[in-house]
Amino acid sequence: MNRKKTETKKLDPGEYFKQDIYIAPSGRYITFSLIIALILNFLPFPQHVLLFRPDFVALTLMYWSVNHPHKIGMSVAFVMGLLMDVGNTGILGQHALAYCVVIYLTLVLGRRLRIFNLFQQAPQISLVLLVMQIVIVLIAVLGGSRLPGWSYFSATATATLLWVPLSALLNAPLKQKSDPNAL
Amino acid sequence: MKTAPQFFRHGPGPFARLFVFILLSCLLIAEDLRFRYFPELRQTIGIVIFPLQKVAYLPTNIYDQIEELFASLYLLEENIKLRQQYLEDREQLLTLHTLQTENEHLRQLLGAVQYIETNTEAKAVLADILYTPRDPFNHKITLNKGHYHGVQLGQPVIDDKGIIGQITQLYPWSAEVTLLIDKNHSVPVQVLRNSLRSVVTGTGKKDELELRYLSVSTDIQQGDMLVTSGIGGVYPTGIPVAIVQRIERDPVDDFVQIISKPIAGVDRNRQVLVLSLVQPSPSNSIEMPEIESQKN
Repeated sequence: MNRKKTETKKLDPGEYFKQDIYIAPSGRYITFSLIIALILNFLPFPQHVLLFRPDFVALTLMYWSVNHPHKIGMSVAFVMGLLMDVGNTGILGQHALAYCVVIYLTLVLGRRLRIFNLFQQAPQISLVLLVMQIVIVLIAVLGGSRLPGWSYFSATATATLLWVPLSALLNAPLKQKSDPNAL
Repeated sequence: MKTAPQFFRHGPGPFARLFVFILLSCLLIAEDLRFRYFPELRQTIGIVIFPLQKVAYLPTNIYDQIEELFASLYLLEENIKLRQQYLEDREQLLTLHTLQTENEHLRQLLGAVQYIETNTEAKAVLADILYTPRDPFNHKITLNKGHYHGVQLGQPVIDDKGIIGQITQLYPWSAEVTLLIDKNHSVPVQVLRNSLRSVVTGTGKKDELELRYLSVSTDIQQGDMLVTSGIGGVYPTGIPVAIVQRIERDPVDDFVQIISKPIAGVDRNRQVLVLSLVQPSPSNSIEMPEIESQKN
């Protein structure tokens, strides 16, 4: 966020005042968003819809990690992963490990991701999600499951499509209603 | 992002942190797959997420209630239909009773062993499916009834057509059911046509069960119905499990490959019935998944 602002300032000082100012999210807001994401993940669906259901928790974690890397750490991702594992009746530690890898990748890629706008971010996000799903598959295979078909990765596609609306939604309450002519 | 001087950096770098968490997860995975020293861990987390699951189930709940409201308009019609059904079933039940007594007499005449009287401790519980996992690895479902409602570990779960699975993990207010199609789940069955006994095992694929280790000359046909044999004392006798769909007799193999399809709507129902245990909490007949996986 910061980087984007400073760049536009250099380009056109007039533009800067027109741009929205965002306040930093409170810890309570982040927790709230993660709980909502977890509930969305737990929604019961028919089997064929389940295949396309994106991992809302992973997306929310990624959003916070990309835009506010100091607000969210790997420990939060780990705990969310454990909750997801028990709810998902899977191997304990499966999602926990996958989410930690997601946070690591977004921490490493975060600086370059923030240069791009949301639409340009989405394809790069999909790569991180793909890595996450591969980690989950690997652990499941380790636990004795058979390999799922390619359709398993369709959840990444829907998650990628959701990146822009989700980011906008999570960011909306942080927008500060300020009048540029107030000064 | 501002580059802070090294002096102010908090904690280790991202890779070091990832390494620590990878180690931690690997420990947990190993614990969960092999050792199972701390079943309380899963229990505790299960209690924590239960309210969230309950909230997630709320929309379905509301939908059900609206549906019920509309259904109540046709209550009279339904009542008549149900009464008719009841009478028909009643008649069948009476014939069953006479058959049972007749069977007992015949067994006495033959000098066969009497059926062992079984008294049940846990009663049958009607439960809703609270959650189905999102990924294709876990063929398990979560029910909204748990230890608090009298559900016990190892109880078989059925729908109106046949067996769905078995309770394998118990929480205070919810329970996990391992479905028939799970790779680590086996059910002792017999072929209804000729009482051939075998064990049907899940393949991990949707709608596919496997009858293993039957020789090529086994008398089994396509369309044969498999019902529970009651051996092992977990499942009651005679509940439909699967229908044989495909038989591949390859002369190279010693065994015939038999693929069958579960009769019950393993992944379609919303409401299921948790049956009472045949023997009150037998110590060795609960088929825990980890024991099964070692056998395979």
